[in-house]
Amino acid sequence: MNFSLIFRMVGWVLVALAGLLLLPLICALCYGESVLPYLYTILLSGVLGGLALLFIRPRKKALYAREGYLTVALSWIIVSLIGCLPFLFSGAIPRFADAFFETVSGFTTTGSTILTDIESLPRGILFWRSFTHWIGGMGVIVFIMAILPSAGSGSVHIMKAEVPGTSFGKMAPKLKVTAKWLYYIYIALTLIMVIFLLGGGMSLFDSLVHAFGTAGTGGFSVYNTSIGHYNNLYFEIVITVFMLLFGINFNVFFLLLIRDFKSVLKSDEMWTYLGIVATVSLVIAFNITSLYQNFAEALRYSSFQVASIITTTGYSTADFCNWPVFSQTILVLLTFCGACGGSTGGGIKVTRFLLMAKKLKRDLHQMIHPRSVKAIRLNGKQVEESTISDLTAYLVAYIFIASIGFLLISLDKGDFATSFTAMATCLNNVGPGLGAVGPTGNFSFFADGTKYVLSALMLFGRLEIFPLLLSLSPVLYRGR
Amino acid sequence: MKIIIVGNGKTGYHLAGQLSMDNHDVTVVDKFPAQLRSSQNNQDVITYTGDARNADVLREAGVNTADLLIAVTSSDETNLLCCMIARELGAAHTIARVRDPQLLSGLSEIWRSVGLSLSVNPESAAATEIAHQLVLPAAVKVDFFAKGRVEMVDYTVPADSPLCGIRLPQLTQKLKMQILVCAAVRGDEVLIPDGTFTIQGGDRLGIAGSPTQIAKFFRLIDPTRKKAKTVIIIGGSTISYYLARLLEDNDMRVCIVEKDKARAEYLADALPHADVTRGDGSDEEMLREEGLDGGDALVALTNVDQENIVISMSAQARGIPKVITKIDHTQLSGIIFKANIQNVITPHLITAAHVLRYVRALESSLGSNVEALSAIMDGRAEALEFKVNDAFPGLGVPLRILKPRRGYLIACIIRGRQTIFPRGEDSIQAGDSVIVVTTHVGLNNLSEIME
Repeated sequence: MNFSLIFRMVGWVLVALAGLLLLPLICALCYGESVLPYLYTILLSGVLGGLALLFIRPRKKALYAREGYLTVALSWIIVSLIGCLPFLFSGAIPRFADAFFETVSGFTTTGSTILTDIESLPRGILFWRSFTHWIGGMGVIVFIMAILPSAGSGSVHIMKAEVPGTSFGKMAPKLKVTAKWLYYIYIALTLIMVIFLLGGGMSLFDSLVHAFGTAGTGGFSVYNTSIGHYNNLYFEIVITVFMLLFGINFNVFFLLLIRDFKSVLKSDEMWTYLGIVATVSLVIAFNITSLYQNFAEALRYSSFQVASIITTTGYSTADFCNWPVFSQTILVLLTFCGACGGSTGGGIKVTRFLLMAKKLKRDLHQMIHPRSVKAIRLNGKQVEESTISDLTAYLVAYIFIASIGFLLISLDKGDFATSFTAMATCLNNVGPGLGAVGPTGNFSFFADGTKYVLSALMLFGRLEIFPLLLSLSPVLYRGR
Repeated sequence: MKIIIVGNGKTGYHLAGQLSMDNHDVTVVDKFPAQLRSSQNNQDVITYTGDARNADVLREAGVNTADLLIAVTSSDETNLLCCMIARELGAAHTIARVRDPQLLSGLSEIWRSVGLSLSVNPESAAATEIAHQLVLPAAVKVDFFAKGRVEMVDYTVPADSPLCGIRLPQLTQKLKMQILVCAAVRGDEVLIPDGTFTIQGGDRLGIAGSPTQIAKFFRLIDPTRKKAKTVIIIGGSTISYYLARLLEDNDMRVCIVEKDKARAEYLADALPHADVTRGDGSDEEMLREEGLDGGDALVALTNVDQENIVISMSAQARGIPKVITKIDHTQLSGIIFKANIQNVITPHLITAAHVLRYVRALESSLGSNVEALSAIMDGRAEALEFKVNDAFPGLGVPLRILKPRRGYLIACIIRGRQTIFPRGEDSIQAGDSVIVVTTHVGLNNLSEIME
């Protein structure tokens, strides 16, 4: 295990974090609030990172899968620990368990909160809280890959461990260029969204935080009633469209940019994802028509909620805890479904379900025709058998983590629906669940221990289980 | 540059790694996804699965904007076809690996007209390399610069050598000749030696000098060693054929041992001056019986690495002065080191070196000015030849002021017909050729070596 290289990478992460913390500092300055919480955090992060970069000089540059997994797991844990300091220093969230939960929820783009009155917090803190979504959405490591002068050839292992999805698809031969493109697209889409929101009359601060929340598919709002606070159809449409866009594989945007429309049309995953959104929105709209004035209004609320849940954002305009059980069940299922691989969304991902369905179809066919040979194709290309067996391993690990998480949460005082959806919403990085953790509720009533379990689930979900699971297992450290 | 590599075998994989480290945008195409996996995991390249004879596959890999396509699949015809298609689709340059000389001889005009920039024959290149080593017996490897006016040899100092304990600045005086030690391997470390370096037994040195000075050096330090007169080649592969031809040109006696009857008969027919024996080259008794256990040099060229290692070890044990071993799998280098096998030839590395040399030269027309490049010390250091133009900022500045950075050495300056091994007072002038030795990979411009 090449520890010095791992620590050096973590050093870069800390320095980058210090740089990113300048933004909430500027925000606090603009609103005349105390900048000390941010200043202290920047100094701590910068000095720690700087020391690591100064004194750790790796002799060997070789980087393999094990180093990649550990780098990502360590970086995310350290970023969460440092990221919660502004909340603690400013006194906005005085207890560590709460601040840690809130920060992890931010970086993992979950959007679950322990805050009971969001609107009373200082502006700088609210900005940082939403900005963690934006940082975590595309990932800190990808950011570093994009700016670091020379990312070694082994860095692909780190990128693979951080970028969600079944397989990490490069856009350009160079990893650094790929990372840059990912961020260009990310920044451009975020800016366009800010412009749309400003155009509708939203204030600059609100536009920025909501764009951050949407881009990272996080879901922190600055209002207690989330997007429902505005009760404005234009904002809802803009946010719905952008939530759906950020749930699409970023490779699709790249293909659009290089005018390869043929490949875009062939993207099975994207069409399945959009198909699910359309179908489910209509079904729920029919189911809840009686609760609203007419079908159009029902569709307005159902489509927003569906887009918000499937992309794992977690904004809300309606309290779906009052909806019929059928609609609630669909939303819980969507929680697990998640968005496309290679997007900023969480969940199991549409690709995995699509591949599983294709595998099931083939396996059923082979039960009747044992000699038949069939290949599984996705996006017009054959999928390797190893990808499919990796997928099975992923699902087994997912069920394992979900079961343990559910069991531990059920020790706390929530009822069945609350405990189950709290687990599901955290593991899938969505935000709201049902019952006490519904769109109008929050996670503050849980005991500290449960909050740590939920924080761990969020990290497991964002990193797609393996980096953390392997970092906790001796296999990673054993030298054979 | 944007480079597409077709075929991710040993050569393709090695090239992809080297070229991506040199900061090129590398795309690798192979028919089999399994061949691409290690590239995906360990190299900063993009991969495509598909048959590169299909124009759509090449188009998807971006051939229309590629600066260079390198075809190194196992099939000559595929390689040539890929290059033709790539040229039609807009690739600026193409390189094909072609093993069968029949495909190229007599048709070179045709191939040039369809735009093949370079063809590499790994067997012939390997044979040339081996022949060089046999002509200069004590050296491990020879490289040529400035159209052959400067040679660089790779020499391991024996423990009882008179060179031991000499500090480098005294070396020229002691030997009374113009040579320069420009790279050294001691233990695991590769270094560019400075004035404080003292030669020790076991050091591997990279020595530069004119061909006559180098020959003089070897006569002086080891008068017992002469040019090999009789060379035993075990294994009758294609390399053996090319090698036998080259050695015969140098008036050496060649004995080839080949197991397969048909192949042995073919070689006997194709090489009338060579002495072909049918038998198992690892069978020592057979060799003794046939009088093939002596000789000045032995080259192990069977198709199996392990066999070559065993044959070489037994030849070294018999006291044959020069033993050269062909190894195809670089993963075996640990064993080879332990077995004390010194002269190893790896055909795919030689092929890759030829291609890399061409790529660097191609780059020189696109900004840098590398004339030639050689990987020395097993590819852990490089020797590069630069042509100096008016744009070089250090023109006329004495080298004692123009200090090169650590790990870079200006080994020699070629000015007109003069070859200068520079000292502090010498300076670089426009029109010179400069040879730089460095442990850093990817040097593109002479001005990069200065502080």
